[in-house]
Amino acid sequence: MVLSAIDMGALAERLAMDEVKGRSPWTDARIRFMRNKAAVAGMFLLIIVSAFAFFGEMFAVSTYDYIDFSRSGDVLHLGRPSLASGNYFGLDDQGRDLFARTAQGTRISIIVGLVGASISVIVGTLYGAVSGYVGGRTDQIMMRIVDILLAIPFMFVIILLLVMFGRSLSMLFLGIGLLSWLSMARIVRGQTLTLKNREFIQAAQAAGVRGFTIILRHIVPNLLGIVAVYATLLVPEMILTESFISFLGLGVQAPLTSLGDLISQGAKNMRYGTIWQLLFPLAFFMVTMFAFFFVGDGLRDALDPKDR
Amino acid sequence: MALLDIKDLKVRFQTNDGVVNAVNGITLSLERGGALGIVGESGSGKSQLAFAVMGLLAKNGRATGSVTFDGQEILNAAPSVINRVRANKIGMIFQDPMTSLNSYMRVSDQMMEVLLHHKGMSKADAAKECIRMLDAVKIPDAAGRFRLYPHEFSGGMRQRVMIAMALLCKPDLLIADEPTTALDVTVQAQIMQLLGELRREFGMATILITHDLGVVAGFCDEVMVMYGGQVMEKSPVDPVFAAPSHPYTRGLLHALPRVDQEGEELASIPGAPPNMMRAPKGCPFAPRCEFEIERCTVELDPLTEFTPGRFRACNRKVEELA
Amino acid sequence: MFSYIIKRLVVAIPTLLVLMVLSFLLMHAAPGGPFTYEKKLPPEVLANLNAKYGLDQPLWRQMVSYVWGIIAHFDFGPSFVYKDRDVNEIIAQGFPVTLHYGSIAFVVAVVSGVLLGVIAAIRQNTWIDYIAVGISIGAQVLPNFVMAPILVLVFALWLGWLPAGGWEGGELSHVILPVIALATSYMASIARITRSSMLEVLTSNHVRTARAKGLPEHKVILRHALKPSLIPVISYLGPAFVAMITGSVVVDMYFSTGGIGKAFVDSALNRDYAVMMGITLLVGFLTIIFNLLVDILYAWIDPKIRY
Repeated sequence: MVLSAIDMGALAERLAMDEVKGRSPWTDARIRFMRNKAAVAGMFLLIIVSAFAFFGEMFAVSTYDYIDFSRSGDVLHLGRPSLASGNYFGLDDQGRDLFARTAQGTRISIIVGLVGASISVIVGTLYGAVSGYVGGRTDQIMMRIVDILLAIPFMFVIILLLVMFGRSLSMLFLGIGLLSWLSMARIVRGQTLTLKNREFIQAAQAAGVRGFTIILRHIVPNLLGIVAVYATLLVPEMILTESFISFLGLGVQAPLTSLGDLISQGAKNMRYGTIWQLLFPLAFFMVTMFAFFFVGDGLRDALDPKDR
Repeated sequence: MALLDIKDLKVRFQTNDGVVNAVNGITLSLERGGALGIVGESGSGKSQLAFAVMGLLAKNGRATGSVTFDGQEILNAAPSVINRVRANKIGMIFQDPMTSLNSYMRVSDQMMEVLLHHKGMSKADAAKECIRMLDAVKIPDAAGRFRLYPHEFSGGMRQRVMIAMALLCKPDLLIADEPTTALDVTVQAQIMQLLGELRREFGMATILITHDLGVVAGFCDEVMVMYGGQVMEKSPVDPVFAAPSHPYTRGLLHALPRVDQEGEELASIPGAPPNMMRAPKGCPFAPRCEFEIERCTVELDPLTEFTPGRFRACNRKVEELA
Repeated sequence: MFSYIIKRLVVAIPTLLVLMVLSFLLMHAAPGGPFTYEKKLPPEVLANLNAKYGLDQPLWRQMVSYVWGIIAHFDFGPSFVYKDRDVNEIIAQGFPVTLHYGSIAFVVAVVSGVLLGVIAAIRQNTWIDYIAVGISIGAQVLPNFVMAPILVLVFALWLGWLPAGGWEGGELSHVILPVIALATSYMASIARITRSSMLEVLTSNHVRTARAKGLPEHKVILRHALKPSLIPVISYLGPAFVAMITGSVVVDMYFSTGGIGKAFVDSALNRDYAVMMGITLLVGFLTIIFNLLVDILYAWIDPKIRY
């Protein structure tokens, strides 16, 4: 749940310097990324997991919310994972098909991650770019606000919001969105500060281009690299946050589910022997996280070719 | 026996983009008390040569050949062997005094640890000796500043601290790797003057690595011009300035600002610095050389003595370089 | 040094005030008052209750008295659900427990993380490094809510070595699993940060100078490389601390340890806003205090920071 923003500064510098070379830094980065086995494997895994999340339910025997009452009484013996019954991952403790539920839960988790990351990209980039570009007192005040917000224990506030205003997916998105843009804004601001004094920005200013247009046309495109890396690393953080909340039983509401919720259910029931209810969601959770981390790390290394 | 003897030294770096040939077969020797200038632009391999001697190459670097110091082989030597030589027998000064000192430690601790480690002195004696050395490098109020942190010194003062630190054990050889590059022009002159004085006082041999031929003129007995990890010309200092024997040396000399020829534009050598990824074949300077002939891209005559004491590596005869 | 601390404190105060006002407004903005959600109360009873809790006064007065109560008496007000208990009591009951296993987990995560990172860095590209990197990458996808069930499954259910839950006044066997569950993923992050920062420092100029002095490798690392490579670790400590407090919610739930995390979840399920607010504020306080400590630690390690 902690954003790994530590060595973003070095990356920012690197990206700011890179344009001098003949080859575009993006071409260079793509070549390096493709050479990175872990990153490519992560990418591959990600495609598989996403395919499973978005199309897996088509291959399930029943929908994620269909309860098989004939077997729900004795899931331990009748609900084991089996190819014959079509319940590849077995049944959950209420007699629902775990394959369908895992697919649906993975989907929710990935969507939450992507939405959280998107909010952070849009809000954080604009906020940080404006703050850094305008500078002076405005910058100080805007960054002070970020500092104050960062000191708020956000997980608690999200839970508070969910409890007060009712649990819903949109509330969850709102809460996670509130949290996600802060570090992005900081990173983007720092990068903007270094960009601001570059010749092409000064040229645009001299040509009389308006401030906001400069930000959108000249600053933001040059931030893309660092934003892409950070957003990729943010997705698993967001998934983690959502899973954490769902694990506490405060996330998405039944019969909808998410990976955190499934893990929580599986963990509750494992003492009764239905261990598959924990293991399948857990495996998908870990693989998804791994994949995002590897892709994110690969992107960072590709854009910041330092020997680590 | 020479103090330092380098034979066919090669340095290779393994990088993600391929092998970098930083130093391609350098042979040289330095007598006790001698002063050798190694000149070349950035990327010529001159600094890596020094790092290889001291065993300070980056992890992905490999050195081959032989380096004997005082009769002892020190290239790729065991840590216990090379650590007895470093600082104790060979002192080294680095290019950037801003980052070469540890900004988290007091200058006093950084200096004293050298004496505590190599000479087994008591702390009090070490402190006294360090302050004496700071005085010797002309740091005003040395005793008062001894316990400050590096960031409380100016750039020139920090380089003086570095020099003092390198000389603490009275080494037989001092390697100065571009000691003035990062400093202001006025400070550069002071530091070079100081180094000259200290050299006379301590009588140590010195290798001065620089890209500035002018600095070498006033300081060294002998100069070695490097390009692309190879020696282009090696000679006593004065004749090089009077009659440079290599196209590259001539280019360097023309690029030197002079006070006696007013109004003349500074010449520069056209083209980019050497690409160290290329295979060490032919003459590395060929692409930028106005005297290039076809053979230059294929092979290069080895370093040969063309007048007593002077060596050059060039496919063209001296007389042809009109 | 003293004025530096004062300066940091002055910066911290507005943060605290904003936190308190925000939480008050949030509590007020929640749909329905604290007494409206269960069965309908007769109006006169509701008026009585509102008077008792000061809810009949204008909003700004309520806010001032709430904020003042916290500042002056560290009093978070009464619980909205348990009529006979106030928030302070509830916090006082759970907080020592959280502090107990939380601080152990924090120390374990930092010490083992730094150790693992340093060893991996100085043995870069050897099997020791690969194992350390493997552990830290693996542990990164093992957050507390994943570790907790796995640990219980392995050590309590299969092996039967340790109890699956309970606190028993902090007896060692009851502390081990919560600590591991809480510490693992942060240890992994700290190890990764330490390793990459140590690798960078090892190639820096001042370390080269230290080597040129002929110091043996262990002295180069301990005296010259360690301190600067800890700087990024220190900036991670603040977020890690907060994340571990957050993680205590899972630990309390899963291991029935009875810390403030449990109180938080209970109050969340009971819609006891006052307790939730109190705990949120407490965590906010702790965060700010901890960040202050981190700032002081910075200044102590890095002589370039001026007091």
